[in-house]
Amino acid sequence: MAQLTLVQAVNDGLRTAMRADDRVVLLGEDIGVDGGVFRATEGLLQEFGPDRVIDTPLAESGIVGTAIGMAVYGLRPVAEIQFDGFLPPAFDQIVSHAARIRWRSRGRFHVPLVIRAPYGGGIRALEHHSESPEAYYAHTPGLKVVIPSNPYDTKGLLIASIRDPDPVIFFEPKRLYRAFREEVPEGDYEVPLGKARVARDGSDLTLIAWGSMVPVALQAAEEAEERDGVSVEVIDLRTLVPLDWGTIAQSVEKTGRVVVVQEAPRTGGFASELIALINDKLLLYLEAPVQRVTAPDTVIPLGRMEDYYLPDAGRVLRAIRKAVTF
Amino acid sequence: MAKARSKAKAKAEVEVELFRKHKDEKKGLWTWQLKEFFQILREDGTLVDERLKPPLRDEELIELYRWMIRARTYDERALALQRQGRIGTYAPLSGQEAAQAGSAYALEPQDWLFPSYREHLAMAMRGLSWVQLLMYWGGLEDGMRIPEGVNVFTVSIPIATQLLHAVGYAWAAKMRGDDVATIVYFGDGGTSEGDFHEALNFAGVFQTPTIFFCQNNQYAISVPRTRQTRAETLAQKAIAYGLEGVQVDGNDIMAVYKVTRWAVEKAHAGGGPTLIEAITYRYGHHTTADDWTRYRSKEEVEEWKQRDPLKRLRLYLEGQGLWDEAQEQRAWEEAKAEVAEAVQEYERIRAQERDVEEIFKYMYAEMPWHLREELEDLRQYLRERARERELEEGEA
Ligand SMILES: Cc1ncc(C[n+]2csc(CCOP(=O)(O)OP(=O)(O)O)c2C)c(N)n1
Ligand SMILES: [Mg+2]
Repeated sequence: MAQLTLVQAVNDGLRTAMRADDRVVLLGEDIGVDGGVFRATEGLLQEFGPDRVIDTPLAESGIVGTAIGMAVYGLRPVAEIQFDGFLPPAFDQIVSHAARIRWRSRGRFHVPLVIRAPYGGGIRALEHHSESPEAYYAHTPGLKVVIPSNPYDTKGLLIASIRDPDPVIFFEPKRLYRAFREEVPEGDYEVPLGKARVARDGSDLTLIAWGSMVPVALQAAEEAEERDGVSVEVIDLRTLVPLDWGTIAQSVEKTGRVVVVQEAPRTGGFASELIALINDKLLLYLEAPVQRVTAPDTVIPLGRMEDYYLPDAGRVLRAIRKAVTF
Repeated sequence: MAKARSKAKAKAEVEVELFRKHKDEKKGLWTWQLKEFFQILREDGTLVDERLKPPLRDEELIELYRWMIRARTYDERALALQRQGRIGTYAPLSGQEAAQAGSAYALEPQDWLFPSYREHLAMAMRGLSWVQLLMYWGGLEDGMRIPEGVNVFTVSIPIATQLLHAVGYAWAAKMRGDDVATIVYFGDGGTSEGDFHEALNFAGVFQTPTIFFCQNNQYAISVPRTRQTRAETLAQKAIAYGLEGVQVDGNDIMAVYKVTRWAVEKAHAGGGPTLIEAITYRYGHHTTADDWTRYRSKEEVEEWKQRDPLKRLRLYLEGQGLWDEAQEQRAWEEAKAEVAEAVQEYERIRAQERDVEEIFKYMYAEMPWHLREELEDLRQYLRERARERELEEGEA
């Protein structure tokens, strides 16, 4: 076992999948010689060579569109989009084609493609480097959306995503890239898609989060316990699509109170979908309206005002209190 | 106006007479090779051909040199500020001063400039202050509140997207019969994006008065120019869209000015768009988040420094008896003082209290109910937090 950061776990996951299957190829901007702007692909060019670790021209639609062709041919491409904010040029290829080729061809063709992108704020970046666009992709039928929150899950989920027969959008919380280390097993293992993780047991309230918001949720849960004696169960979704409804239902039936946290803006966010589902299916279990903590419906500020924008443990605690005292 | 245009056109043609023989008629491309023709000012500060010298007065050349000194001074200071955590990620421009100064200076006052993210000098020459530039890179959105009368558009970070805006702006001016051209800046990497091709195509079809100014600094972060395209030059990409393309020594301010001025005059005379490829080099990291030693050799960087745009113009001015050591020193000191003053003003603004309303204020002309609600909720939260902290401090 090695102590790895989240970005090292990405690297380890890619390396492991590439060693196991020579159909796995990587393509993206600055992923080869440079090892990726976050060093996620460090050393892979040296080990696997330029035919499998490909520095492409600067063109996201080109990267994703050609990766679709490769995937249909039978390779297992992993495309890196350098930042969340540079997915839009590839949006057409993702939503119009990657997501639909299985559907359009009635199952004759399929697209085993992974698109990796660092996402989210918290690093005081320039514009277009701090976005949380998961809802666009979760809204697109035919895509899977995976967002890990720790090194162990990152490696296992990435390997599972690469082996999945359908296109996966894999968002890596960049502010957690080097935030902490964790034991990560050497060698091959998968964390299955579509399975959430109970990150903290509790009995009074269910707190649902993913990606960068998981540590925030855990901190809020600790504070609720310490300050208010409220026992909070934290669910780390890990996969948004397909959703692990069983784990959510089990927890909510037990606690009857729910808070959902997302880093993205409020309107049309994935939290809205969770709340609708919970209201549809579990209304009679609820002791209080489901609360959500989100960013406001604005562009994420440049560095200086970022802290006011991003949901923090204080805001989550406030929502917990609202749900508990309803 | 039509008469003025045709006169300008005639003048433009005389102006480029000397270039003309270097145009490859078959390709429609001005294929001037490095060190041969597209250069006017050699690296040693002498002229390739006296007749090529652009019609710039001595004072203008001196002023352009001063601008390049200011830019390099600003660049070094900004890098230092980034290392001290006083601004955020920064994209240095050192090495590309002549490309920016020569092109920005060639514009007419009413023309508009559409930058990417590295055009600090071009933007400053068009009237944006160092203070505002520092604010932007320091994470203060107000840095991009372009003052009235400064014909510069906002920084565009997504590569090549701004090309289309520049085409549309010029196109609208043309529709309205206004005598306005646009210049848009982008890099070698930018020529790989779809938007680059769509922009050139629209500009060609609708004959918009647009100058596409590509600073080919040899790399897109770590990816070398040869990896972006199999084409021999970037300038030749103009041909497929029915535009004229020119390759120019981007470290030679006279050549850059001359070529851009020709394109500007052509645009104003109704002659349509031009693609200019300025061959240059960035000395530093792509941004402060980058490490160039991973993909370039020290020798390569040193070699490019031999073609330094500042040194070249200085040697020329000295050779003409227009400049000496004392003036040189004074110019750097003045630039330092000017930048120091800007930094001081930036720090003053940075220290000011800021209202969270600014996060919400500029999403729509009028703030809709849900944003007002979110703003009120944020204020409420901040009040609660402040009260809680006070209580905690009281207890402690
Ligand atoms: C659409 C898009 N993709 C990726 C990036 C990340 N990125 C920022 S600068 C850059 C390289 C740009 O190279 P070039 O166009 O040559 O301009 P230069 O920085 O060299 O001036 C990349 C890939 C981006 N900003 N926008
Ligand atoms: Mg470049």
